[in-house]
Amino acid sequence: MGKSLTFKRKSFELLMRALMIISTGLTGSLVLFFLIYVLVQGVPNISWEFLTTKPSYLTESIGILPDILNTIYIVIATLALVLPLGVGAAIYLTEYASNKKVVEIIEFAAETLSGIPSIIYGLVGMLLFSNTFGTSLISGALTLVIMNLPTIMRTTQESLKTVPQSYREGAFGLGAGKWRVVRTVVLPGCVDGVVTGCILSVGRILGESAALLFTAGFAHALNGIIEGLAAPGATLTVALYVYAKERGEFGVAFAIAAILMILTLVINFEATLVQKHFAKRRTQ
Amino acid sequence: MYKNQMMEKFIHGLFLVLGLIAVGCVLLITVYLVISGIPAIKEIGLIDFLFGKEWAPTTSDPAYGILPFILTSIYGTAGAVVLGVPIGFMTAVFLSKLAPPKVKAVMESAVSLLAGIPSVVYGLVGMLVLVPAIRQIFNVPDGASLLASIIVLAIMILPSIIKMSITALDAVPKEYEDASLALGATPIETFFKVSVPAAKSGIAAAVVLGVGRAIGEAMAVMMVAGNVPNMPNSLFQSVRFLTTAVSTEMSYSSGLQRQALFSIALVLFLFIMMINVTLNFFLKRERT
Repeated sequence: MGKSLTFKRKSFELLMRALMIISTGLTGSLVLFFLIYVLVQGVPNISWEFLTTKPSYLTESIGILPDILNTIYIVIATLALVLPLGVGAAIYLTEYASNKKVVEIIEFAAETLSGIPSIIYGLVGMLLFSNTFGTSLISGALTLVIMNLPTIMRTTQESLKTVPQSYREGAFGLGAGKWRVVRTVVLPGCVDGVVTGCILSVGRILGESAALLFTAGFAHALNGIIEGLAAPGATLTVALYVYAKERGEFGVAFAIAAILMILTLVINFEATLVQKHFAKRRTQ
Repeated sequence: MYKNQMMEKFIHGLFLVLGLIAVGCVLLITVYLVISGIPAIKEIGLIDFLFGKEWAPTTSDPAYGILPFILTSIYGTAGAVVLGVPIGFMTAVFLSKLAPPKVKAVMESAVSLLAGIPSVVYGLVGMLVLVPAIRQIFNVPDGASLLASIIVLAIMILPSIIKMSITALDAVPKEYEDASLALGATPIETFFKVSVPAAKSGIAAAVVLGVGRAIGEAMAVMMVAGNVPNMPNSLFQSVRFLTTAVSTEMSYSSGLQRQALFSIALVLFLFIMMINVTLNFFLKRERT
């Protein structure tokens, strides 16, 4: 076959093949470079003390325990608020909504929300929440709730669509009311969507900085969860920004970057694992 | 029985409210941005604001022109697209059509990792690797420039472009390709002359999504662009984007300067809405 090709076709073939392989190689080596560079620069700076103390001007040491705790608090607060809202919205869309226009409007709104850049969320969050709650983790969490709402809605909706219609009909046939069907048949069916949504949201919250800078601030105080939520605080990502850009502490910044990189790896791995697990269960 | 019906109605209403929260959020964001963005535009004048070439809010004769930011955002995004789209597109075609399953699986998780890296990490690596490299290679005084931002943005939009293009290319019916192969086209000719045109709406959506990502990115750009409100006349100039214009001065500004920052956010929001509408158009065409 190869011999019968004209010169023009042959060169097109070669050129495209070369371009594809170069591009893929470039993408692959970029990922590899980021991974190795950040880990090599960061991991040597991570120590037990670094992870378990707060920054101190007396000993001139920097620890990131407050930032780790702030990140955990904000993840918990955001998920606790966004899960009922997102799952509820998804249930409305797939189970209750009968008006097509309403569905379209809600879906358009969700798509719009997922397209808005985080700096705008930060600004609106500052106007909406920081004026009421002050610059605090809870203001940051409320901003993140709006940001992550479309993610939870989408993943839950997708998993609800896989609940067979016959289950619902069976339950209705047995005389169950709508709410009972939702509670006993539909809700258990959306567990995988909720889990996937949670993992994606955690990843997004970990990586978020622009939306938190003006809503949650950048303090490094060590707090319990209740006082922590009411007080300003930096998450790991915001702390990285402050240490790198404003204080020139690149060692600390890289250590945090390495931690974030490892967490991103873990989250991606989890997400694939969960999806595989649920896909397998669905085919059984 | 009556009580049950009441209960059902109440729960229906509750879910309706939950469903409408997303709509409420969009309205709230729009209204807040418009309300807080309009006053400064009124005071400065729309023409002076949008087309003024100088941004100097703290001088004795303050100037509030945001043309430098608008042009920087447009040039930066265009540059990122010119650099990122061909690479992303070629990678997607390779992974979707030609790559062995193992390579595809590994590369797909690599791309997911690239998508998951926080933007401040891109900024940090850009600051310490890319900026000094540009300074040395091109022999300029400061490497924090439009070029550095374009390269960082191009890398950051790669995963969205690759992932979405792969989805579109994977969805091309096998029959199309089989028919082309049976007519004597080589596999590569088939991929580029049959599969790619068949997936063009999805690929267009991927590009638009990349544009949205690039124009909305703040933190990474803040760390590598240099943040001086220059007109973007050269690739090596230190520039400020619409996004970074908002965040740079937000922490210390007050009065008209602060209000003008909200107006900048409003302009950015309008850009994003236009991009969203375009994205929806392509996505709808892809589905039908």
